[in-house]
Amino acid sequence: METRSKELKIPELSLVMLIGVSGSGKSTFAKKHFKETEIASSDRCRAIVSDDENKQEATDDAFALLHYIAARRLKNGLLTVVDAINVQPESRASLVRLAREYHCIPVAIVLDVPERVCEARNAQRPDRNFGGHVLYQQRSQLKRSLRKLKDEGFRHIHVLKSTDEIEAISHIAREKLYNDRKELGGPFDIIGDIHGCFDELMELLTKLGYAVVRVAVQHRNFGFQVIPPAGRTVVFLGDLVDRGPKSPDVLRLVMSMVHAGTAFCVPGNHDIKLHKYLQGKNVQVQHGLEKTVEQLAQEDDGFRSDVKEFLYDLVSHYVFDRGRLVVAHAGLKEEMQGRGSGVVRTFCLYGETTGEIDEFGLPVRYNWALEYRGKAMVVYGHTPVPEAQWLNRTIDIDTGCVFGGKLTALRYPEEELVSVQAKQVYETPVRPIDFELHQQMLTHQQSHDDVLDIEDVTGKRIIATRLRNNVTVKEENSIAALEVMSRFAINPKWLIYLPPTMSPSEASELEAYLEHPVEALQYFRSQGIEKVICEEKHMGSRAVLIVGKDEEAIRSRFGVEHEGIGVCYTRTGRNFFNDPRLEKEFLLRVNQALTTSGFWDTLNTDWVCLDAELMPWSVKAQALLKDQYAAVGTAATASLRNVVDVLGQTASRNIDGIEQLLSRFQQKQDLIDDYKTSYHQYCWPVNAVDDLTLAPFHILATEGAVHTDKSHAWHMNTIQVICDADPALFLATTHKIIDVFDDGQVDEVVHWWTNLTGQGGEGMVIKPYDFVAIGRKGLVQPAIKCRGKEYLRIIYGPEYTEAENLDRLRNRNLSFKRSLALREFALGVEALERFVRKDPLRKVHECVFAVLALESEEVDPRL
Amino acid sequence: MLLTITTTRTPATDLSYLLHKHPGKLQAVELSQGVAHIFYPHADDDKCTVALLLDIDPIGLVRKSGEGGPDSFTLGHYVNDRPYVASSFMSVAIARAFSTAMNGTCQKRPELVDVTMPFEVTISVLSAARGGELLIRRLFEPLGYAVTVEQYVLDDNFPEWGQSKYFTVTLKADLKLKDLLSHVYVLIPVLDNEKHYWVSQQEVEKLLQKGERWLRDHTEKEQIIKRYLRNIGGLAKNALARLTDDAPEGSAHDDGERDIAKEKLHDKRLKVVLDELVSSGSNTVVDLGCGEGKLLKMLLREKQFKKILGVDVSYRTLEKAARRLVFDEMPPKQKERIEIMQGALTYRDKRLVGFDAAAIVEVIEHLDLNRLKAFERVVFEFAKPGTVVLTTPNREYNELFETMEAGTMRHTDHRFEWTRVEFETWATDVAKRNNYSVSFKPVGDVHERVGAPTQMAIFKRKVDGNEE
Repeated sequence: METRSKELKIPELSLVMLIGVSGSGKSTFAKKHFKETEIASSDRCRAIVSDDENKQEATDDAFALLHYIAARRLKNGLLTVVDAINVQPESRASLVRLAREYHCIPVAIVLDVPERVCEARNAQRPDRNFGGHVLYQQRSQLKRSLRKLKDEGFRHIHVLKSTDEIEAISHIAREKLYNDRKELGGPFDIIGDIHGCFDELMELLTKLGYAVVRVAVQHRNFGFQVIPPAGRTVVFLGDLVDRGPKSPDVLRLVMSMVHAGTAFCVPGNHDIKLHKYLQGKNVQVQHGLEKTVEQLAQEDDGFRSDVKEFLYDLVSHYVFDRGRLVVAHAGLKEEMQGRGSGVVRTFCLYGETTGEIDEFGLPVRYNWALEYRGKAMVVYGHTPVPEAQWLNRTIDIDTGCVFGGKLTALRYPEEELVSVQAKQVYETPVRPIDFELHQQMLTHQQSHDDVLDIEDVTGKRIIATRLRNNVTVKEENSIAALEVMSRFAINPKWLIYLPPTMSPSEASELEAYLEHPVEALQYFRSQGIEKVICEEKHMGSRAVLIVGKDEEAIRSRFGVEHEGIGVCYTRTGRNFFNDPRLEKEFLLRVNQALTTSGFWDTLNTDWVCLDAELMPWSVKAQALLKDQYAAVGTAATASLRNVVDVLGQTASRNIDGIEQLLSRFQQKQDLIDDYKTSYHQYCWPVNAVDDLTLAPFHILATEGAVHTDKSHAWHMNTIQVICDADPALFLATTHKIIDVFDDGQVDEVVHWWTNLTGQGGEGMVIKPYDFVAIGRKGLVQPAIKCRGKEYLRIIYGPEYTEAENLDRLRNRNLSFKRSLALREFALGVEALERFVRKDPLRKVHECVFAVLALESEEVDPRL
Repeated sequence: MLLTITTTRTPATDLSYLLHKHPGKLQAVELSQGVAHIFYPHADDDKCTVALLLDIDPIGLVRKSGEGGPDSFTLGHYVNDRPYVASSFMSVAIARAFSTAMNGTCQKRPELVDVTMPFEVTISVLSAARGGELLIRRLFEPLGYAVTVEQYVLDDNFPEWGQSKYFTVTLKADLKLKDLLSHVYVLIPVLDNEKHYWVSQQEVEKLLQKGERWLRDHTEKEQIIKRYLRNIGGLAKNALARLTDDAPEGSAHDDGERDIAKEKLHDKRLKVVLDELVSSGSNTVVDLGCGEGKLLKMLLREKQFKKILGVDVSYRTLEKAARRLVFDEMPPKQKERIEIMQGALTYRDKRLVGFDAAAIVEVIEHLDLNRLKAFERVVFEFAKPGTVVLTTPNREYNELFETMEAGTMRHTDHRFEWTRVEFETWATDVAKRNNYSVSFKPVGDVHERVGAPTQMAIFKRKVDGNEE
């Protein structure tokens, strides 16, 4: 008999159990319809743990492995097919439990093939030489199973009764879950708990730009026609009814919109309870339901029935915009998003409760959002709060309208909150809500961010950056960074950026030079970058400054209290100053310059993050200077003086070779003098702020903006204005903008650099004209340094300029340093971008932590 | 980098026979990192001076030592005093250039070997990092030298930076050349006190051999051996044991005395903390800031503790702790009771939750004051052990440490040290905010005015208003 070819439907995310006796063709079926990686086969697992796929003693181990594989796949949201006999209820039960644990749907596909066919197939296979009684037993277990599958929890059961039926299956179609609306990107207007506050809802919709018109009731239209602003859709977060004055009107409007396709709606616990009531189930008519019941009594049976149908059809939650947005009445943990199970539905309705009852007789809620680490933004309601606030990419927008608060909407993707005030207090909450409480306090996110979790920084980490995709941090580097970060770094709330390392130019081929602008410019030419900026490199210490307009600006934006109007920290995140008095004065001066120069208004901000060089070098590097630089200088000077004296005395004895030796050591004396001159230029005593010099070179970020989208000319010009406001403290960086392909301009820069370094300057830094530049080979080095000949003496030692020394030093490899520089640059910019878009601190911290971790990589410290 | 030896015993040029080096020539011996020149600035009957001049290759020095691991020379490598000082390189040069003289052989004039002569030695420059002029005198004067030193300021341009550790040293004495050479051979690196590249078991032999005639009776014997065999404690003990039958005595050095006092206080502190943990009736305990695991070892010995966790932020320290506990070879029954891991007290950490007790010994003073809030939440709000035993120094007691300068702290990494009132105020607030009760106990000898050197708080978590 010919069976028509047929399609079999299963949910996209399910745990599929193939059920059938040995020889029923499960493996063949699985191979035909599923990807190899989707199949977890008991025979295969038996082979893996014992080298023999028929070894019955290995069954326990094999199933442990099979369960492990299935669990990992389900956790990752991947459909999994279990290819095992599965005829015993207990073996199915453990798999159903597994599916439930991961909120996946268990599916049974039964291959009910006549015994003789199986027998014949087994006979063909020499490894399956078990007796007929085994097959008989399996077969009777299968027969008994068929009736039980539904009770065991299978929602989708397919029984294929013959080989023909099995072969007729042409395709297995995978169906999306109802909650999967990832293809819809919005824009959305997500509205919190309404509770019958129809007037406020109308006002809010109008405020959001929706035109709401009352029309005559027609089929599938409950009396409203709504015209949304261009392309926008409303999402209602549930709890449409109860407590408030006009629940039926709210229902009418929401039902009209949902049916017209201008809105989505997820159910709230109150809506579900109303549904039960309408079904005639025994529910307690209290907590506001009594009002809805009374209001609905005025409506006709038809409407009540429509309401019942509408509520029944509501889907627990939605996943929108390629997984970037999740909406649910009471929120949803990451592992439940986009999944379907009773547990998921319950969570969507009630959130997480601890089972305890508080002093008001209400269930104690556990704030799941505290631990939320998911990528999707979760918008929810359910728990009335005085103010909608972000916490770990989640936001509760139930602002207690029915209790006299506000009705709030979140505009997505704008992340903008729009509210209307309640017209009156319709109900007094059992647990009081203090609507004034949020004033003068840190936000939830800021309080939460007082303590970061160690899980967010330790171990091997992979961080997605906009500029350079994934950046990997090795575990050993995280280990090193954890120690430095926790022992020495400042309060992590300040640390929104760490600067990247900077590579020098390739070693110069020119005689007597190790570094020279020619090679640095050549690098940019090779990348196809035409326009560059050459900035004088100041010899001080790198400093990152966060400065607020006032202490309030710092409190509200950084969540830092009682730590002043700003901070100045080093490239490893340590406090720059040891003297708090000096730091305070210094930050105040910077703040005043910003105010005087009109910076706050120009950039429309009340805080700034500056990247700068702070001089003198000796203010930070005092210990290094004394213990190393001065020490070497004095030891060498004293020794060489004695040596030259003794050689001088010897010279009169006319011994061969003494003259040469004398001149050799006199030459060393000269080199030591040059070396001392070199470091002396970078030292002066600091007793007050006026002894400091600050040369900012990047305005990294201000409120709402990371300025890496601007050219360096913009940075230099904007900084110039600040410098002019306080020339005693600030130093504007001299710079030249040139075309690297123009020989005349290149010569001019070389000349400039030669003069600059000849007068004791450290050198210069060459950057692409645009802050972020993409060249022929991708992201271009954000900066290349080119240090002066004399300056390099304090890096490579006093005698490095001797020809035989230079030859050896030229052999240096920059590729690792440059790769580090790019990774750190991408991480630093990422940290700023995350901070500016108000990501949770841990997201910012993981980037700066990664910069610090990469800095613990072993790389030649002289580069 | 320069050593000169002068004698005025006529005929002074006999020195050239003893040294086996011609006075009219410039000679050289190769060293691993450069070359040593030998020449005579002066050579007549009345006065003869020999000079040994090191010419170290500064680039090669760094490039080669880099292979010796991260400790060989630290950051700034190319800017290094090694080419300009008299260090172990000088000792190597002495041994290469004057080996016969050092061994007391002289083929042409054997009778000179045992002649006592007037000598003047100049060493330029010597680095005497810890000890300075006093140490130079203590090392050379017992051997009969008249010592003159010239110390150099760190930087003429910055007089406020003070003195450097460098000296030109002149030594005068009447003695045999071979003794003189063995003195400078051993004592130059002792003064320099830098890690050098050749300390090994062989060096113990060399030291004993060069020092056999004089080291046994030297008053600074112990320090000489210790510094010579720098950072190799085992070797130093070994050498000392072979040199004398006496057990090593406590050094008379100030630092040493304080170290011992510190060690004693630390042991006492741990004992007191252990007693508190035992009497709390706890079965599981976490040592936050376990360091090298001294307390962990003590906890292991108490069978009351079924689960012990040691946490420290320094991975290196944890590695040391693992070695100390012989973790890798621990019997399985013991191993299942103890675990160590890296963690930081300013990050919330699930792994710290659920312990009956926590020990936090001398930890909080290593945190910046503004990080204490995070520490408090991590320990008292999230980890919530039933009992917390916490110690910190009592600043008031510092005045009784004679070697401490006023206004300084006991450790360079201490961010603060509290008086008893300051500590008790903080701890009481912490207890109040987190629903704990707190009591205080002194640790160490109690002075009637300033209290004990260490202060301890014992926190107990309250359950429904009562102590647990």
